[in-house]
Amino acid sequence: MNRLQFWPQSASAAATEVDHLFIALLVVSFLVLGLVFGLMIYFGTKYRAGSTADRSDEHLKSWRWEVAWTTVTLLMFLALFFWGGDLYARLYRPPPNALDIYIVGKQWMWKAQHADGQAEINELHVPVGRPVRLVMTSQDVIHSFYVPAFRLKHDVLPGRYEMLWLEATVAGTYPLFCAEFCGTDHSRMGGRIVVMAPAAYERWLAARGPSSTMAQQGEALFRQLGCSGCHGANSTVRAPPLEGLYGRPVPLQGGGTVIADDQYIRDSILLPKSQIAAGYAAVMPSFAGQIEEEDVLKLTAYLRSLATAAPPPENPPPENAPPENTPTRAPR
Amino acid sequence: MPDIRAPAIRPALQFADLTQERDVATIGIWVFLATEMLFFGGLLTSYAVYRHMFADGFTEAARHTKLIIGTINTAILLTSSFAMAVGVEAAERGMEENRRIVVFALTVTAALGVAFLALKGLEYYQEYQEHLVPGSGFAFGPRYRGPAQLFFLLYFILTGLHGVHVTIGVGLVGSVAAMTRRGAFSTGYTTPIMIVGLYWHFVDVVWIFLYPLIYLVGRSTQ
Amino acid sequence: MSVATAEPAPDAGAANYFFAGSTIRSWLLTHDHKRIALLYFMSITVFFFIGGAAATLIRLELVEPAGWLVSSDTYNRLFTMHGVVMVWFFLIPAVPNTVGNFMIPLMLGARDLAFPRLNLLSWYIYTLGGLFTVYALLVGGVDTGWTFYTPFSSMFSNSNVVWALVGVFITGFSSILTGLNFIVTIHKLRAPGLTWYRMPVFLWSLYATSVILVLATPVLAITLLLLAIERIFRIGIFDPSIGGDPLLFQHLFWFYSHPAVYIMILPGMGVVSEIIPCFARKPLFGYKFVVWCSMAIAAIGFLVWGHHMFVAGMSMYAGLVFSLLSYLVSVPSAIKVFNWTATLHRGWIRYDAPMLYALGFIGLFTTGGLTGLFLAALAVDVHVTDTYFVVAHFHYIMVGGMVTAFFAGLHYWWPKISGRMYPEYWARMAALLIFFGFNLTFFPQFILGYLGMPRRYHTYPPEFQFWHVLSSAGAAVLAVAYLMPLGYLGWSVFRGKPAGDNPWRATGLEWQTSSPPPEHNFAVTPTVTRGPYEYTPDPVPQNA
Repeated sequence: MNRLQFWPQSASAAATEVDHLFIALLVVSFLVLGLVFGLMIYFGTKYRAGSTADRSDEHLKSWRWEVAWTTVTLLMFLALFFWGGDLYARLYRPPPNALDIYIVGKQWMWKAQHADGQAEINELHVPVGRPVRLVMTSQDVIHSFYVPAFRLKHDVLPGRYEMLWLEATVAGTYPLFCAEFCGTDHSRMGGRIVVMAPAAYERWLAARGPSSTMAQQGEALFRQLGCSGCHGANSTVRAPPLEGLYGRPVPLQGGGTVIADDQYIRDSILLPKSQIAAGYAAVMPSFAGQIEEEDVLKLTAYLRSLATAAPPPENPPPENAPPENTPTRAPR
Repeated sequence: MPDIRAPAIRPALQFADLTQERDVATIGIWVFLATEMLFFGGLLTSYAVYRHMFADGFTEAARHTKLIIGTINTAILLTSSFAMAVGVEAAERGMEENRRIVVFALTVTAALGVAFLALKGLEYYQEYQEHLVPGSGFAFGPRYRGPAQLFFLLYFILTGLHGVHVTIGVGLVGSVAAMTRRGAFSTGYTTPIMIVGLYWHFVDVVWIFLYPLIYLVGRSTQ
Repeated sequence: MSVATAEPAPDAGAANYFFAGSTIRSWLLTHDHKRIALLYFMSITVFFFIGGAAATLIRLELVEPAGWLVSSDTYNRLFTMHGVVMVWFFLIPAVPNTVGNFMIPLMLGARDLAFPRLNLLSWYIYTLGGLFTVYALLVGGVDTGWTFYTPFSSMFSNSNVVWALVGVFITGFSSILTGLNFIVTIHKLRAPGLTWYRMPVFLWSLYATSVILVLATPVLAITLLLLAIERIFRIGIFDPSIGGDPLLFQHLFWFYSHPAVYIMILPGMGVVSEIIPCFARKPLFGYKFVVWCSMAIAAIGFLVWGHHMFVAGMSMYAGLVFSLLSYLVSVPSAIKVFNWTATLHRGWIRYDAPMLYALGFIGLFTTGGLTGLFLAALAVDVHVTDTYFVVAHFHYIMVGGMVTAFFAGLHYWWPKISGRMYPEYWARMAALLIFFGFNLTFFPQFILGYLGMPRRYHTYPPEFQFWHVLSSAGAAVLAVAYLMPLGYLGWSVFRGKPAGDNPWRATGLEWQTSSPPPEHNFAVTPTVTRGPYEYTPDPVPQNA
């Protein structure tokens, strides 16, 4: 048996805040248990059959006690709710300068991709003192990305992106677990989170880095998979321009608008018929089954890199395009 | 004239009298119908969720349902509920004098139920021929293929479950009709007729919910 | 309104129910609620030991960090079958279908339930469902966890999912019919004078339980049906490739499964509410509050299912709403604990085995319930959900709470059911051993959970081993402790001291007839003139 632990390591300020709430809950629990057990033991002893305690029958007004202990209980619970809810809500709001890292879970391993293209399996290197936003998905079944040292966990689902953000404050190595049952090797689907001082992290990135960033790899895929054939500047097929698309609203056929975020890009690649941009024909083929989740993330990174580019000047529609009766379609 | 074939009816051992037995049966059937509401409720919730998520897809898919068959079936079921109500009312007003009416009404109810199932079977067959059964053989335009399969999955499961309930209902109505003909009931004891009647009406009400959700979506803008 | 007249039962004065007909046929085709209760008792005991065998293997395996006893696939099947069997084939039917079936008509002054044949059918349906589940076990088991999450269960698992789904689906109808029977019986078969507020709390608890049984179980049925369709036809409404949402499965599943835990605990609370007044020789403190808290738990319990999904991918706002509601649902349970404790004040307390179990229930249930507050706190739940903290929480409530309450009721009503007293010394020893073994097994799991040990893990990091060894040691004690009642209760049937009609000098109607009761319960239908707990501390029976 190895080193005995009574309390998990704490690698972030948020983890410490969770610990404070946990300790408060412990205190409340011990007080309540002390009260209940204490009273049970006290009454149980004093009023045991045969004892000479006074049992004269003054009927205690029961409802006063009921209202009292109900109110105290309710107030205490509300306080705990607000505390826990507030911490939780902050988990959903990453700071704006967060570093994006992409996680893909699959039976039975975790793959991480850094924006500059570094890929890891079952390990994740992050810097101290910098918020990190994890964008996560699953290749197959539901898994759950769990790092006890950060007190953080989120399920990863197939077909969707989930987000978790953290800011490590203590360098070190911490366990990573899968926390949603996913099959035979669920208990072996673990790894390590390596938190490094900023300088060490930069060195690691440089040493580990591949020749191209995620966005560059995405650009290569864009050509390889034939996306530029329709979405490129000299295409004869009319397809929505992708420069300046990311993060902007997209008017849809049939009304309504959607923001071109990671999920939208993913759906457009894998389920292109589900949301047609207004004014375009539904001719884009689906790449479902032909492309891994990490490649989708690389393409998304490429499109994100084009977010500030200007859309090309509009080409006149070819003669065989379907008639349009919808308003302007270019993203603003 | 008293029906000499009717046996003297006694309440079961745990009841004090026939009124209590009837009250118990009434509460029992209503509780049972509540469970059925929750059973179908789970499916209807799933329908509502996916209709919200894929409004266009569901609209397009629903246009491929067989409106004429569905509407005729609705008329059939409503008529059958009417016949059932006539039967129950006649039984309660006077079992002895109305026995033939009751038997006739119940038989018509069951027959209409069978007609409903026959038309439903025809409808399923047509949908099978048109490759609207979800799975690898499903044929639909590429744009809405996913949501259309969800729609048709819910369609087959909802109407299939409903069909199972209709089948059970036909069996129950038929049995009660036969029992009535044999003289098993008297004016003081018509409880099984009343219970089966409630069940049949419930099955009809479920269909009234299903009909617009399946057949009428998107028709106004076709 | 209760309408039963004081008409003598046909064979008043005959031998008691146990000896009225001794052929197997008379047992298997019985309409007598008391015999059906015993049929259920036999079945749930068998399933308890099947689930217990799985638990034994699990705890043995977890003594070592690396797998040593079974393969990962086998381990995954073990914890799944443990959950499936214990939840659906032991905990849900335990008190309602054994103690409830036996006692409800007796407590109401009735001759049987409203639908005796439906009651027998419930047992047959339960047994049929059980056979399918045992079949699934024999052909290799299921490995999805008792929660059957998609898409693993629908598309990836290589185990016998459909057989298990069929088994549970069928058994669900047994639950529904039982609930229906109880609701109608309590409404309509009360003896003259037995108004709602004169009913024992046990009956109120079973009424609340029955409402949940009839309203929640159908949703489980349809959810499992949809999953089975998806698995058999390889296409279904949870399939992400056609736009299906795995979270929809979770919402539908937990919409049933959260109220299901109240199905499991409310009857136990009802048992404790009977025992405390009897052994403290005092009326229950705050009767109306306790009664309405039971109803409130049933109602609010339908609104909290999302607390199983805080990290599943629901919106933050949904999380906040479910957290608040989860705190609200805890309030009535807390009120009950305070009321039970207050009942002891100025009592005349005896420590027979039923009382030891009942007091043990209060302690263990309170502990488990308090840890529920930890789980309702969103930020803490993010850390401890899907870890051993949750495993410990629900075992404190279900085993420390519910199984203890079941034993409490079994011992309390054993004289009525069998006509014999169990040996008090051994019963007290078993109660203390269970209390000790239970805490040793499950308290270390809270620590494991906060340390980060996930659940459903076949292998684990070595730093967790110390706590696992403690837990497994406790499990060994528990195993022995649970075998003891099997031994001495069985012994008492043949050699126990004859109990007499009312060995505990209790006030309920069930104690005003012989032990064991005659076949039709009462020679003359009693007329009720009193509330249920008139201990002064001498008992004033309800039909005095």
